[in-house]
Amino acid sequence: MMAVLGRARWAVTDGWVVGRANMINWRRNPGLIFYCMMFPIMTVVFGYVFGSAMSVAGGGDYREFLMPGLFGQAMMFGVVTSMLAVTSAVSRGVTDRFRSMPMAQSGVALGRSFADMFSSLIELTILLGCGLLVGWRWHEGPGKALAALGLLLLWRYSLIWVGIYLGLLLPPEAAGAAYVPLLPLTMLANTFVSPEKMPGWLGAIAEWNPLSSTVSACRELFGNPGVTGGSWVAEHAIELAVAWPVLLLVLFVPLSVRRYRTLSR
Amino acid sequence: MSGSAKAALVAEGLRKTYGSETALDGFDLVVPEGTVCALLGPNGAGKTTAVRILSTLLKPDGGRALVAGHDVTREAAEVRRNIGVTGQYPAVEEILTGRENLEMWGRLYHVGRREAQRRTEELLEQFDLTEAADKRLKHYSGGMRRRLDLAAGFFTVPKVLFLDEPTTGLDPRNRNEVWKMVRSMVEQGTTVLLTTQYLEEADRLADQISVIDAGRGVVEGTPETLKSLVGGDRIVVTLAGTADLAAAAAQVARFTGTEPEVDAEARRIDAPVRDRVGDLVEIVQMLRGQGHGVVDVSLRRPTLDDVFLHATNRAGRRKEPVG
Ligand SMILES: Nc1ncnc2c1ncn2[C@@H]1O[C@H](COP(=O)(O)OP(=O)(O)O)[C@@H](O)[C@H]1O
Ligand SMILES: [Mg+2]
Repeated sequence: MMAVLGRARWAVTDGWVVGRANMINWRRNPGLIFYCMMFPIMTVVFGYVFGSAMSVAGGGDYREFLMPGLFGQAMMFGVVTSMLAVTSAVSRGVTDRFRSMPMAQSGVALGRSFADMFSSLIELTILLGCGLLVGWRWHEGPGKALAALGLLLLWRYSLIWVGIYLGLLLPPEAAGAAYVPLLPLTMLANTFVSPEKMPGWLGAIAEWNPLSSTVSACRELFGNPGVTGGSWVAEHAIELAVAWPVLLLVLFVPLSVRRYRTLSR
Repeated sequence: MSGSAKAALVAEGLRKTYGSETALDGFDLVVPEGTVCALLGPNGAGKTTAVRILSTLLKPDGGRALVAGHDVTREAAEVRRNIGVTGQYPAVEEILTGRENLEMWGRLYHVGRREAQRRTEELLEQFDLTEAADKRLKHYSGGMRRRLDLAAGFFTVPKVLFLDEPTTGLDPRNRNEVWKMVRSMVEQGTTVLLTTQYLEEADRLADQISVIDAGRGVVEGTPETLKSLVGGDRIVVTLAGTADLAAAAAQVARFTGTEPEVDAEARRIDAPVRDRVGDLVEIVQMLRGQGHGVVDVSLRRPTLDDVFLHATNRAGRRKEPVG
């Protein structure tokens, strides 16, 4: 028991040391902030332009409907950020140095996840600012709004680990091309359109997309329009917005840690 | 190990294949404590693969290895506590300064923050990086990166230090710096296994050289043994025509007392010399006196090729190195 605790403590300490080094990136690379703002600004403009032309199932303002979708989508794109960071560290040999050291073997992955979580916080803050700027609001009080942000960050954290694993698994070129399959995955959900408005089978897939659960839960907690009941998945959005990420974490944390250990490129 | 010195490193029959490519094919090595061993071989010989297996980064498909008395596959964590590694390319964080890099690696050796800072200053001094300590890595030259990389590998004064081609790509001045630093590490009691493509480097640094090709040891011994195998400096004479090549070669043979290597296509005669300049002048004068047209003459030190040539008993030139 003590040994396990000791190991866990080192994993967190080492993760913090590695993560902090990665975070310095932000202070030294102010350009990174602008790079991170590109996506939110583009999507907000997109929402602004098309907002008036779209109607929401169950009524309501499209911009209010869209924002939680964009938040969820942006968090999902984090998979690529993590993949790129991981492949870059491997190709620079930095990962091998870590692996040849007597540090906690899970420390490298943990450090990566800490650093990426820090970037996510910055990114989400920018997104929220942009949303508020174009008139998006929360209506259910700060407590529920914070709960929604918590769900978004949990969603992101689970995807960071998916990204770490895929980054270690796939060749470096694949990481850069990951947007190609990812973009349709983020759209085949309730991000931009309610699944009810899609053809039957497509709607079913979109409803079961884990992203949809997080977005639905956020709409509910923020008090934004587009929360339509009916199916079992839609009824249990908040529970599923916790369950999906937890499931991903249970799968991908051990997979990633083991992958670091057996990495042999 | 039976006998005198304790071994810091033992490898027995290491094998590793990548798909159909055999990287290591029964590789053996014994390195006594406190010595420097150079793994000498051309590109693709299996040097990096051997180092990666010995430093726990790669699992062998067969054979076994002990480093600092611990099995590299079954006691990897123990091995890691006793080694330092620098890979073929410097592994440094670009975004950090030299000092931050060292402090980070130090913290990960679990020596505590204070000790990590103290040791960092010491290493910056020892590796001549104090002035550049607060510069970010992207402003470092190749030589400075390499030195920082070495310092990181040497953070805990490891029992065994692995250096994979520590001077490849460095200019002569930086190469000398690195050599100096390797020697100072050995003085502090560390056993070093380094890989190199250059006979000269192995000669300068190593107590023991192991020549590796196509994944297995070709020949092993002290630098003296290997040099006596290949002889000393050589002279290369290029003639104007091929017609009298055999005659000229015979004269050179009489002068040097050994049969020279003759490359008819390039019209070249390649022979060992004792007195570099004296022999050169005399051979050229002799050949010209006999009416041979000499278009080029040069002196060269023995290379890795010469070692192979002699180690494999001139059983045909080995295939050209890849990459
Ligand atoms: N990851 C890998 N995948 C496939 N082949 C590899 C890999 N690493 C090395 N090899 C092959 O194994 C052989 C030995 O490589 P290596 O150990 O890197 O040699 P060296 O370091 O002496 O240049 C080479 O033929 C190389 O092509
Ligand atoms: Mg190599």
